[in-house]
Amino acid sequence: MSGRKSYESGADGPHPEPARAGMSLPAREGRRRAATNTTFRADPLRAAPALTLALFLLPIGAGLLGTLAPAFGIFPALGETQLSLDPWRDLVAQPGFATSLRLTLTSGFLSTALALLFACGFAALASTRAGTARLERALAPLLATPHVAVAIGLAFLIASSGFLARVVSPWLTGWERPPALAIVRDPWGLSYVAGLAIKETAYLVLMVLAAQGQVRAAQALAAARALGYPPLVAWAKVVLPAIYRQVRLPVYAVLAFSLSNVEVAVVLAPGTPPPLSVLAIRWFSSWDLSLYPTAAAAATLQLLVVVAGIGAWRLAEIAGKRLHRAWCARGARHGLAGPILGIGGAGAVLSGVLVLGAIAVMALWSVAEGWRYPDALPPTLSLRNWARAAPTLVDLVGTTALVAACATAIALALALACLENEARRDLKPGAGALWLLYVPLLVPQIAFLFGAQVALVRLDLDATLLAVVWAHLLFVLPYVFLSLADPFRALDPRYARIAAGLGAGPWRTFLAVKLPMLARPIATAFAVGFSVSVALYLPTLFAGAGRIMTLTTEAVTLSSGADRRVVGVTAFAQAALPLLVYAAALAVPGLLAARRRVAA
Amino acid sequence: MRHEPSSARATGLAALLLLAATTLPAQAQGEPETRDFADILAAAEGQTVYWNAWGGDPATNDFIAWVGEEVRERHGVSVVHVKLSDTAEAVSRVLAEKAAGRDEGGAVDLIWINGPNFLAMKEESLLHGPFVEALPNFALVDTQEKPSNVVDFTVPVEGLAAPWRIAQVAYLYDVEAVDAAALPGSIPEMRTWAEANPGRLTHPTARDFMGTTFLKQALVELVDDRAALQEPATDETYAQTVAPLWDWYDALRPNLWRAGAEFPESGPAQNQLLADGEIDMAITFNPAEAAAGAIQGRLPETIRVFFLEDGTIGNTSFVAIPYNAAHKEGAMVVANFLMSPEAQARGQDPANLGAFTVLDLSRLSPDERAAFDQSDAHPAMPAPEEFVRVLPEPHPSWMTRLVADWERRISG
Repeated sequence: MSGRKSYESGADGPHPEPARAGMSLPAREGRRRAATNTTFRADPLRAAPALTLALFLLPIGAGLLGTLAPAFGIFPALGETQLSLDPWRDLVAQPGFATSLRLTLTSGFLSTALALLFACGFAALASTRAGTARLERALAPLLATPHVAVAIGLAFLIASSGFLARVVSPWLTGWERPPALAIVRDPWGLSYVAGLAIKETAYLVLMVLAAQGQVRAAQALAAARALGYPPLVAWAKVVLPAIYRQVRLPVYAVLAFSLSNVEVAVVLAPGTPPPLSVLAIRWFSSWDLSLYPTAAAAATLQLLVVVAGIGAWRLAEIAGKRLHRAWCARGARHGLAGPILGIGGAGAVLSGVLVLGAIAVMALWSVAEGWRYPDALPPTLSLRNWARAAPTLVDLVGTTALVAACATAIALALALACLENEARRDLKPGAGALWLLYVPLLVPQIAFLFGAQVALVRLDLDATLLAVVWAHLLFVLPYVFLSLADPFRALDPRYARIAAGLGAGPWRTFLAVKLPMLARPIATAFAVGFSVSVALYLPTLFAGAGRIMTLTTEAVTLSSGADRRVVGVTAFAQAALPLLVYAAALAVPGLLAARRRVAA
Repeated sequence: MRHEPSSARATGLAALLLLAATTLPAQAQGEPETRDFADILAAAEGQTVYWNAWGGDPATNDFIAWVGEEVRERHGVSVVHVKLSDTAEAVSRVLAEKAAGRDEGGAVDLIWINGPNFLAMKEESLLHGPFVEALPNFALVDTQEKPSNVVDFTVPVEGLAAPWRIAQVAYLYDVEAVDAAALPGSIPEMRTWAEANPGRLTHPTARDFMGTTFLKQALVELVDDRAALQEPATDETYAQTVAPLWDWYDALRPNLWRAGAEFPESGPAQNQLLADGEIDMAITFNPAEAAAGAIQGRLPETIRVFFLEDGTIGNTSFVAIPYNAAHKEGAMVVANFLMSPEAQARGQDPANLGAFTVLDLSRLSPDERAAFDQSDAHPAMPAPEEFVRVLPEPHPSWMTRLVADWERRISG
């Protein structure tokens, strides 16, 4: 899904970019004419890119303004209309501010670095084996599982009274009672780092594997190995630089999320004081409105932290590139690269196991009765928690699925419209536009959601389903677009030309030829968008004003305490819903194709 | 975390306030409700009541859902439970609506409320009523022996809120881990107990009302002049009055769970630690919590409760109606049903809620009274003679200051 992926896949595909540039004149002429023809009838497609970007950038821009103004003292409701730095002074003077900022930075950078290391290690190991295509499919459950469910499950897995301690106690450890170990919500934020890293690893593994498929890694590796480099060292020397360029954007998105998320932090990060994002939310929610400017300053600082964080990461990239070049130039055949990548690969596998384990223990809790330390397994199982939760669960699943389906369907329509517009007008996908698509993933949610809510209230749209769908669209669209763009652009243009030759108009070609051929990528993009939507916490909370509840908002609310069996039901349902959609996405295109064959 | 997820709602309110360029003149507090209950019932039919209530306790959530079903069947009134992380969210929404000039058709119809939130709404004239006298079941409420039904945290309720459950501080402990003979009988003894059992006691963060209650209970017992707590706290009286509390707390804190550096976010989160065996003792606002938890499978069967000899803080939970509620009649029908013998008996049963009734049982018919019979109670239910006297809540201003003070001490 990286910015440059499309070019590279074009280069690998049946119609590489240079060939298109050198297309015979009649063919180009024909294309241009086709494009001109469509513009005679006022083509709604033309508006697609502008509409898409407007839907995107307007709320974010308005939201940022709405956050920045009170951060600098402009707050008419309290009679403040003078620019001032008082909110910043108050922010710095808040108890625990410095600790909070330090925690934000260390956990954000550490978890992103770990996830990247794990992903690279895994890809390097995978490159020595065949069958990575099947691996991508196996990643689906890890990707589809929402952060909150993973965080809640991990918390129980590793707590000093948790599952792992129960399995080895007391026969091995001698712990008749849970040891007084600060594991979950530890003061250094390590359990928080772990929670972020294990979930983000799956995403980065998918990105790295995809990039690896595009850069002709196999040929480069074979050449390097012929020169006597061991497989992992060869990977680090020749493949890593090529793929890193491609996964840079996803890495920034991971960094931005890790520096600013709330939902994982409330479960796994320490609370006294918590990371900056949680502090901002705490002050925003205080009904002492005089804290609002302080909260706005914290949200603005959160934006600065992310911008500076990405800048610092970029500098580290440049330094790393120099070191890498020097290391390659030395020509050493051995070194630390092998063991480091090996550890990374092991970390990736462990991450996958922990994510699955986290979901498994929550599933177990949902049917557990009387499960106490140190029982490794619940003494009795029952369905009464599910029975009790059923009425609420039906509503929650309904709302969650409705919002996800609407947001994803709109995102699909917009993405397809933009891509079809691009194809008809023979436009090159601009790198700038791709950066814009990433804006909602790079700007911390906190920094613009508060401000965006002012706009929603002004439009009398707060707490409506429409507002929630819109807020979700901001985050769903980038993922849908990026997962659809490559297959769409890689589609052999000759099919469209043949259809045109047979007399089909552009719309008929689009509907009867392109869409069926793209059934599988479209289904996958739908599943990706759906699972992104299901996992969204802050956007749901803000746009829904707390009155529109989804599985995710419920899971976060419950994670603060509540009965762990009930939490188990919600967390498991939250993880299962996107999984079902993924399974359907894998099955439906095949069924459709079979039906078409029968019909033919 | 109970506190954080609330943000969105509260910010929505700030957004509302931002828009309220001009604040409309304050409307007078709602007029007394003079209609017949029959008229109220008729007007209520078909209404949907948005009941804003703290949503952190599944047992209460289930009870609210049951109430919703009952009033729909009986009176054609639907109930939507808006699950709050903090009651202050509902208060600030009404406040924001008032500032934005939304004097009718407000989003909040009914609030589960008491303490500082009730005081704030009363002071800001945000409440409908007085209305409780218009509700027939209010005649069954005990206003003599249970004074907190009409005086909330020293603040006279004046008919602006209907009582529906009674709470009293008690402490949970695990009989398998704690020697019953060594149980603390007072706040100073609790400190000594923690010294002997480091890491086995904690309390919810003071941002949570249960955590504040832990501090208030200690304050009430340690303070030199208890009467001072019935007056609003001032800059002059506060520091000196609470000094013995912080002395006690500073000595206690190193022996709390996680050495007093981390705290569970809410009462239920604290009770989960008890169920997990990470702690052996915990505060509760419900003497039936051990029984209710065991019956509902949230707590092990080995949990019991104890009280402090000198008495413990008690209060009443109310429901109140905002002045601009869109469905006042429906809200009053729900409030009346909450005070019905049937709803109260169901609430008192530890299998459902385990909350003590606000009613004077002598005013009930023998049949109605039988539903409250506790003779076959769960073994974790304290016997009637174990209950201690109920101490009044301090004025809400003490609570607000204690929270800010605690935050500075912990995070500073």
